[in-house]
Formats: sequence, structure tokens, C-alpha cells
Amino acid sequence: MNIRYISHRLLVVMAMMGASVPALAVGPGFKLPPAETGEQVYVQACQTCHQPGGKGGAGAASAYPALANNPKLGVAAYPILTILRGRAAMPWFGGTLSSAQIAKLVTYLRTNFGNNYATPVTEDDVKKLSVNLPVSGE
Amino acid sequence: MDDINAPTRRKLFETIGKAGGMVALYQAMTSLGHAAETQFNGPPKLSGARKGSTVVVLGAGLAGMLAAYELTKAGYKVRILEFQGRPGGRNYTLRGGDSHTEIDGTTQKVEFSQGNYLNPGPWRIPHHHRTLLHYCKQLGVQLEPFIQLNHNAYVHNTDAFAGKPVRYKAVATDFKGHISELLAKSLQQNALDEKVTTEDKERLIEAMRGWGVLDKDLSYKSSLKVSGQRGYDQPPGAGLGGVPTPSNITTLHDVLDSKVWNTMSFYFSYVMQTTMFQPVGGIDMIGKGFAREVGHLITYNAKVSKIGQNAKGVTITYEDALTGAVSQAKADYCVCTIPLSVLSQLEVQVSDEKAAAIKAVPYSGQVKIGLEFKRRFWEEDESIYGGHSFTNQPISLVSYPNFNFFQKGPAVLLGAFASGANAYPLAGMTPEQRIEAALAQGEAIHPQYRKEYMNGTSVAWSRVPWSLGCCAQWNDESRKEHYQNMVSMDGRIVLAGEHASYYGCWMEGAMLSSIDAITRLHKRALEA
Amino acid sequence: MSIKDFTPSRRQLLSAIGTTAGSAAAMQAMAVLGHAAESRFTGPPQLTGTRKGASVLVLGAGLAGLVAAYELNKAGYKVRLIEYQGRPGGRNWSLRGGDTHVEVGGAVQKVEFAPGNYLNPGPWRIPHHHKTLLHYCRLFNVALQPFIQMNHNAYVHQTDAFGGKPMRYKEVATDFKGHVSELMAKAINQGSLDDKVSKEDKERLLEAMRSWGVLDKDMAYTSSLKVSAQRGYDLPPGGGVGGAPTPSAVASLSDMLDSKVWNQMGFYFNYVMQTTMFQPVGGMDMVGKAFAREVDHLITYNAKVTKIAQNAKGVTVTCEDMATGAVSEAKADYCVCAIPASVLSQIEMQAGDKMLASLKAVNYSASVKTGLEFKRRFWEEDEAIYGGHSFTNQPISLISYPNYNFFKDGPAVLLGSNAGGLGGSLLGGMEPAARIEAILAQGEIIHPQYRQEFMSGVSVAWGRVPWNMGGFSRWSDEARKDHYANMIAMDGRIVLAGEHASYIGGWMEGALTSAIDAITRLHKRTQEA
Repeated sequence: MNIRYISHRLLVVMAMMGASVPALAVGPGFKLPPAETGEQVYVQACQTCHQPGGKGGAGAASAYPALANNPKLGVAAYPILTILRGRAAMPWFGGTLSSAQIAKLVTYLRTNFGNNYATPVTEDDVKKLSVNLPVSGE
Repeated sequence: MDDINAPTRRKLFETIGKAGGMVALYQAMTSLGHAAETQFNGPPKLSGARKGSTVVVLGAGLAGMLAAYELTKAGYKVRILEFQGRPGGRNYTLRGGDSHTEIDGTTQKVEFSQGNYLNPGPWRIPHHHRTLLHYCKQLGVQLEPFIQLNHNAYVHNTDAFAGKPVRYKAVATDFKGHISELLAKSLQQNALDEKVTTEDKERLIEAMRGWGVLDKDLSYKSSLKVSGQRGYDQPPGAGLGGVPTPSNITTLHDVLDSKVWNTMSFYFSYVMQTTMFQPVGGIDMIGKGFAREVGHLITYNAKVSKIGQNAKGVTITYEDALTGAVSQAKADYCVCTIPLSVLSQLEVQVSDEKAAAIKAVPYSGQVKIGLEFKRRFWEEDESIYGGHSFTNQPISLVSYPNFNFFQKGPAVLLGAFASGANAYPLAGMTPEQRIEAALAQGEAIHPQYRKEYMNGTSVAWSRVPWSLGCCAQWNDESRKEHYQNMVSMDGRIVLAGEHASYYGCWMEGAMLSSIDAITRLHKRALEA
Repeated sequence: MSIKDFTPSRRQLLSAIGTTAGSAAAMQAMAVLGHAAESRFTGPPQLTGTRKGASVLVLGAGLAGLVAAYELNKAGYKVRLIEYQGRPGGRNWSLRGGDTHVEVGGAVQKVEFAPGNYLNPGPWRIPHHHKTLLHYCRLFNVALQPFIQMNHNAYVHQTDAFGGKPMRYKEVATDFKGHVSELMAKAINQGSLDDKVSKEDKERLLEAMRSWGVLDKDMAYTSSLKVSAQRGYDLPPGGGVGGAPTPSAVASLSDMLDSKVWNQMGFYFNYVMQTTMFQPVGGMDMVGKAFAREVDHLITYNAKVTKIAQNAKGVTVTCEDMATGAVSEAKADYCVCAIPASVLSQIEMQAGDKMLASLKAVNYSASVKTGLEFKRRFWEEDEAIYGGHSFTNQPISLISYPNYNFFKDGPAVLLGSNAGGLGGSLLGGMEPAARIEAILAQGEIIHPQYRQEFMSGVSVAWGRVPWNMGGFSRWSDEARKDHYANMIAMDGRIVLAGEHASYIGGWMEGALTSAIDAITRLHKRTQEA
């Protein structure tokens, strides 16, 4: 073996050497679970503010709108644009979530939490409204 | 050549297994391929010294006091002979009211204000010098961060930027920007296709773009994004005029003039890497900490003239530096921590090999100069808090105090840390000339120097009577021929000190050497 | 020539002393010319000639509101400061044992940290060039200590690099520059850069690469003691018989690229992240508390602003006492509103459409910061990590080690997450207990001691902070262009201030400079009125 490099293979061997040491996992680490369904995206990206079940903030934070029973979801472009561009306290997710993820998320929102707008939102619908929001110096 | 890892790794495991059991072993295993941090395995565990065994330790520097401290704990009867009237050796600090005298009798009186000081010898502690850190904790020596890397300090080269100092952040950002651009473009033009895979090539280009802050064409150009690293012309603000304006990058040619890579490399040195520490109040807090434990064992002002030994024990002849009275000290063993520069001039009964080793190692002659100023202009005017500005002038650097940040009133900075060829001319000057030289060179970086200057003191290590040099300078050749002879136990005598280590010039070396020496001495004593 | 013999000639002396020293004036000019400015701060505002009896209502006792109140009060205005919470400081805040933190959604966390330990959920570090903040810290005797930003011995962790094993920054960063230098040198030697670099610079570049990259005589980056003197040794130098060091093995280019270490290398080069940095001794809220010592008598706490009205004569602010529910009105000539845009955009305010639109145009981050208390400083004791950050590509984003009480025995609190972006949203969407569990699960990949040493934790999900509804403002270039000027323009008798009304978003310096700018303009307006 080339002494210049310590290879992955060697590392694996070394990890095996350590295998007799009990009870401690050496692993690839905690990964952000893949957000493939609309629900997963909601839990990962939205629930922190809009709360489980889309019930929105209460009391001092009542400004976090409830997504449950929210007629603004009737026009798909509204949530798509809000997600892409952000609004007031809400950060923008354009560039953070993919168009496909946003499409699934909006479809999920429109068909859950007491909302009933059956027409699915497509990736294309999102792409048409997509913007890239550069931030200088970041 | 697989073996570059195997034996040493095994050795490492042995070491760690002994020291810390399963958790430590696991740690080592999970971190395989990680470099070890230290050869320190905890303080020496010396027990069961034979009743009445005695050791004489020569020199009350860190190596000597550590030896005395641990040997006493192990049950030895220990006595230390020290040339000076204070403990610590090179671990020392100069404060207002102190005076120090050079080999030709030149005396300087230190005029610093209360609380200010110069550490003429060691002054910073790497985070991996665990022996030293261990004893600091044990002895209650309080430590504070030593600001090693300061992006806002200057890089000054008389041949670059018309002799104007530039901020490290600006020129280092430009260096990596230009390098990235050149490498990214080479890769893009397939110049390195033989050397890197297609996949790595793409990743490298991305790396260059990110690390070098290149634009979409992979060029390094002035922009707000680049200014987000090298600094702005107008930094971001607030209100109507809050918009930032970019600074202008310098050309590759100008960057090369600055030789900034030397500074960048310096910060990457294993022994210079962050986090570093310094004792609160001066480096001599460490020596004083040891002296609290072993001070009662020390005979001060004892100038050793002869180190004799026979089958029964050692006999040290020394002269009281104040009265001139000559006496002898006897013991079963001797730990000699006298610097080689001094030891090589004494009569020592050791083998020819050891005698040769003692003469084989020259000492460096650094010059350090402390300058006191009326105020912290480097902080107030230039936002420099600790760290170093480097220059290619003989002073080599200006280093800013890492304590009492933001304080009003006088402060002391390190106005020179000259070594090698830079040191000798400075050492050859009178103290007044040295200060003048430090001021003249320093004001090229800080024009406030003359106006704010109060007083200064310099220590030229080649002219320090009790050490005749700063620290041991081994080279590969002398190391090969003499090192093992130096550290081996010779009859009843063993040497210790930074010179008897691979950590020359560091307190850690003195201490690791001392632990190794007394561990072997103890083994020998039990076998005898 | 021996040392004793060396007596410098005058010429030698002059050359040692004076090669570079020109006239002081020229040096002064040179030293200043071309340096980037450090800060816009030119000293506190000089507001003089205040009209007798002029009054200002300041809304929000965060740093912007506090400095506005302090300086306006000093200038002779009659000032009243209205604050929603029961404490001063706003996001300048520290959580300690005994404190309680309630989230949007109702989850309550009680902080269990040992005395002396704390979490700074909001701002936590002060760049050396944030001179406004440093000015007030000095003025109010807020003791500062170094914040160890850069630690070569901390880890860089990528789940898909080095088999998921954390690497020391020094190792992989040294390897990065080693490989880059080697490739660069090859490109130069092949003549690939002849059209871009002069012959002279080519030679100098090669020298630079050799030195900076620690290349060998063949200009290759290979394992050696010299390289180990940067990336660390397999066995470091020691003393005595076994003192000789052994080199460590460098990582391959490909492995090194997996680590994406250039992201960290770039991070440390950020203008706002560069050393030297500071933190207040004892917790970040020492800053807010210091301001409050000066203006506390002007503050009405627990007052929720429900309406901000104005007419030609003055402003009227309606507030509700959070304890009693009692509604009252406060009147003044002018209003400095330092309520975060995330909250202010929900309050009825009589202002022009442009200002109102600007409030909705700026967005807020939803980061999650978590303090974890452990029984001992294992990162120091076992791993020689003193302060600084280990970075990971897991949602927690980093582990940051405490920069105070180094070497101390007993419990210590580290920052277990500073999750931004989706990582912040994900963690913020969990209930506190689940959040702590997720953060421990990620952290133990880097520090296997986590589970054994863990005592307690508290997390602040900024998206769920009721009084702020988000962490700090983020402007897109587009929004900045369309709305920034409208946000900061004085609207009748109302002027906005806060980090959102600055180009230093997310930093205390932004809040302070914004407030100073706002009150300076307000003062000018009153002079003209």
C-alpha cells in the first residue's frame, strides 16, 4: 500500500479492530431523513412554526397562521409563492426545498388539515413560479 | 512500507490502554488515523523508593522542580541546588522593579507599570502540551487564552506593498483567491487530467470556487463576497448609508511579494495551532507554583563547579555565590537539569560519549524586547486584540498582550522576537540601542510608537549569564550521534531538560524529559 | 565572530535600525492608505440642543431600543421604553439554571444547569471590528473574554467522508492545502499557466507552494515529519529515550475532498468570524443588563403593544398589561420602534404602505440552539479541545465548546446545535424532549462520551420563540433593493430600528448602529420641526 495515503479500506479494517469494544456505535451519523412525501416535508420544514396539525401559533405567536381550514390554500399559487419567497417572519425555501418537494408539500397541505382542494400541484407548477433569491456576501 | 503505521499504532494502543482503560481505548480506536496528541500518560507513578534513598537535583527550572516534586512524592530524600536566587529558570517574568544583568555586567532596570510584564522565555502553551497543562491544574496555576491567530494583525514586508503593512486577512484572502483561480482554470483546461479523476476534478473546481471565493467564471475579482473575507472599503452599516462597498483585491504579483504563505504556514504549525494558553499574571506563575511545593528543598545561589560520582553515589561541589564558601552535596543519584551551554563548562564525571553529547548541542540566542506604551493604540486605533504582526525586519514580529484587553492606561507589547541571524546584531547592541532599533522598526508598522512610548527592556538570551543561550538546537546529525548518549543514565547521573527531548525550546520538552529521566532513575534504584 | 566581539559599527547599526523607517508622517500616511475601514462607528451620537420637553416612545427593550433610550435620554429627551417581556435585552439573552423557557405551542422547558453555566440562545460572539458594541461594553464595564473561534484541534465531520469518522481540522485542512499545492505546482511545471503567470512569478509561486503546502523535494505532498509538524503526528515528540516522533499518514486527495473541509476553511475567513472574537464574562445578557442599569427606570415591562398610531402632533401607542390585561395608551412626540419585523408586521401601525410592505419583505431565520450540560469537560480532558467548534453535516451543524472556565472540574455546558436552514426547521418541529434526543444522537457520533456524561439540556427553536417569532432577519438582494430604504425612512413621527434595519443583520452591531442612525435622523428632524 502506498504510504502516502490512508485509504477507506484501511479505515474499515481499523473500525473492525475496534469492533470488540462493546456498546458504542460507529456509524455514518444521524442523517436528515429523506423528505419524500408531503407529510415528511411538512414535519421537517414547517411544523416548527405552524405546529403539528397545522394549527398555527397561539397567544403571542397567533401571527403564525393556521394552515388547517385555511381558504388561502384554495389558490395553489399563494402557498407556492409564499414558500418560495418567504413572507414576514417566514423564511424563504426557494433553493432549500426542491420543486418536487414543494409540489408534494403544497398538495399535502391542500388535502389535509381539513383542507379539501383535490387538484394536485405539479413540479412544473412550482418551477414556473421559481425564483432564486441571492443574498450578497453569504 | 505498510509499516509506517503499524508499529507506532500498536505502541499507541499500549500507551492508551495503560492510561485510560476501555473508554480511552475506544476513543483511540474510533479515532484511528488521528494523530496522537501527546506522549504524556499522566504523572509518573513512582512508588516504593528504598528507604533513605537520596537524589540531588541540579537546577530549579521546570525539569528540576518536577523531578524533585515527583521523587519526593515517591519517597526519595531530595535536595535541589540552584544557581540563581529564584526558582523557575527560563520560566520567568520581568515586572516593574526587577533588574537583570547581562554577561558583561550591563544592567537593566524594568520600569513597567503595575500589572504589566514581559515573559522573556517561554510565553505560550499549546493545547496538546498536556504534561504542562496537567501540572498547571495540579499546582493551581490559572490559565487564559493566548490569542495566537489574529486575522486583523499586520503582515509587513519591506519589499511588498511599498513597505506598507497590510492586514493578514486581506493578503491571505488574496493568496488563496489567486491560487484557487489558477488551479481551477488549470483543471478546467484539462491540464491535470492525468493526475485527478473526472469526479475529483469537478469536486476540486467546486472546492476552489468555494474556498477561493471565485466568481461564476472561476475568476478571483473584487466583489462584496470577496470583501466578506478580506474586509470592505466601507463595511456594512445601518440606515441610509448602510450599504457596504467592496475593497480592491491585490494582484498575484503583489501577493507574492508579501510572502504571506509564511505567515499562513506558521499558523498551521502543530505547536502554534489554536487554542493556546498563558498563565494569568505571567509565565513564572508555573515555576512559582512548583516552588510552593518544593521550595523548601532548594538551596539558592549555589554555583555548581563539579559533578563527581563513584560506585556509591554522587558528590556535587558548589560555591555559595554570595559568600564564596565551597561545599559538597552527596546523594545516591543525581538528576542534572543544568542547560548544556552551562554544563559543558563544568567538570562532570561521565563517560566520554555523554561528555561529547553535552558539547554537541549549540544554543540559540533569541532576543525579546518588551515595550511599554501609554495606551493600547493597537486596540483603540487598529482593532488588534492580541496575536502577532509579522515583519521581515530583524524584530521579526510585534506581539500584542493577551490580557487586560480594553483596559485604559499603559500596556506592554512584545516589540521584538528576533532569532537566528536577526538576533546577533540586536544582542550586540547596548540595551538603549536595542530599544531604539525596536522602535525604529516597529514604527514602520505602528506610526503611533514614538508618541506613545514610555520605556522598554530587552533580554538577549546569548548574554544571559545563567543560561548562556535560549535553548538547545539539535540537527538531524547531532541527534543521530548524540541524543541517546545524552539521555541514557550514566552511572548515577541522568540529564533532563528541554535539551534532552524532541520538544526542544518548549516547557513540555523539559517536563517530558524529566518524567522520563526520573522514571528510569527510579527503575535503576529499585534494581540496584 | 563571537558575541562578545560584536560591537556594531554605526553603519551596521543604522542598517539594522533604519532600513525601513522613513519619516513618521510618511509612515502614518502609508499605514492608513489602502487599509479597509474597520467600522462605520465614529463614536457615540452627538445629539445636542434638544428642544425642551421633547418626548420619545421607544418600543422594545432589546439592544436597539436600549441604546436609543440611553442616548436620547442623555440628549435631554423625555423617554419611555415599552417592553413586551418581563426583562430587558430581547434576543440578548442567557438561560441559566432555574430559568424557564416557553415555546409557541406551549412546551415548557425548565433549565437545570449548574450554577455558573449558561446558554446564550441568541447572539454569542463579538467580532473585533464591531466597535459600536465594544464601545458600549467598555463604557458600561461589561467584562469581555476571548471567544475561541478557531480551534485547529476540533473536528470536521461529514457523514460520507472517512467512513463517518470525525477528523481533526488540522489534519484535513493541512491535507487540503498540501494536495492543492502539489497540483498547482504540477500545473505550473507543465507550463499550463504560462499564459497567465510571468516567469518570475512562476518561480515564486513554486516556492510558495513548496512552503505553504509542505511539499517534498519532488514537489509532492507525502507523509513526513515535516508534514506531521502541521497535521499532527502519529506519535508526537516527547522527552528522553523514546522521544522521537513518528509521522502520521496523509489522507488521499479523494478522501480529503469527501470532507469538504474548504467550507470550514472559508468559514474561518469570514469577515465577521475572524479572530479575535469576544464574549461577555458570565453570559451574553450582561450587555443588555448593563444598558438596563442605565435606563431601567424608563422601562415599562410586560406591556404588549397592540397599536401604533400617529398624527401631525405626535404618536399614540396602545398597550396591554400582560399581567392584568389592562389597556393603556402612551403618547409622545416621536416613536422609535425596535420591535422585530416578524412581530411588528402583525401589529396595527399607522404608517405608509411602503414601510408596512417592507416589514413583510424581510424574512427571519428559524435556527435551533441547544445547550447540553455534561458531568465533565470530556472534550478538554479526553480530546484536548478547548473552545471553538466541531462542524458536521448533520442537522445540528456544529458542536461548540464553552470558552470559559477552561480546565474546571464539574459540569459544563456546550452548544449542542446551532442548526440553521432545514436542519433548524426539522429540529424546531420536534417537541423539546425529542429534540434533545435527536441532538444527542447526532453529537455522539463525534463524541462517544455523550450518553455517559449527559445531564440535562435546553433548546431554543427560534421559530417557536413567542416574543420574536424567528431568529434574525434575512434580506434577499431583491427585497433589499425594493424595501430597505422604505423600512429605514422616517415615516411621519415613527422610525424603525433593529438588526433588520441594517446591513449587519443577525448581529448586535447591526441593532446598535441602526438605532444610532435612526435617533440621529430623528434628532435632526426635531431640530427642523
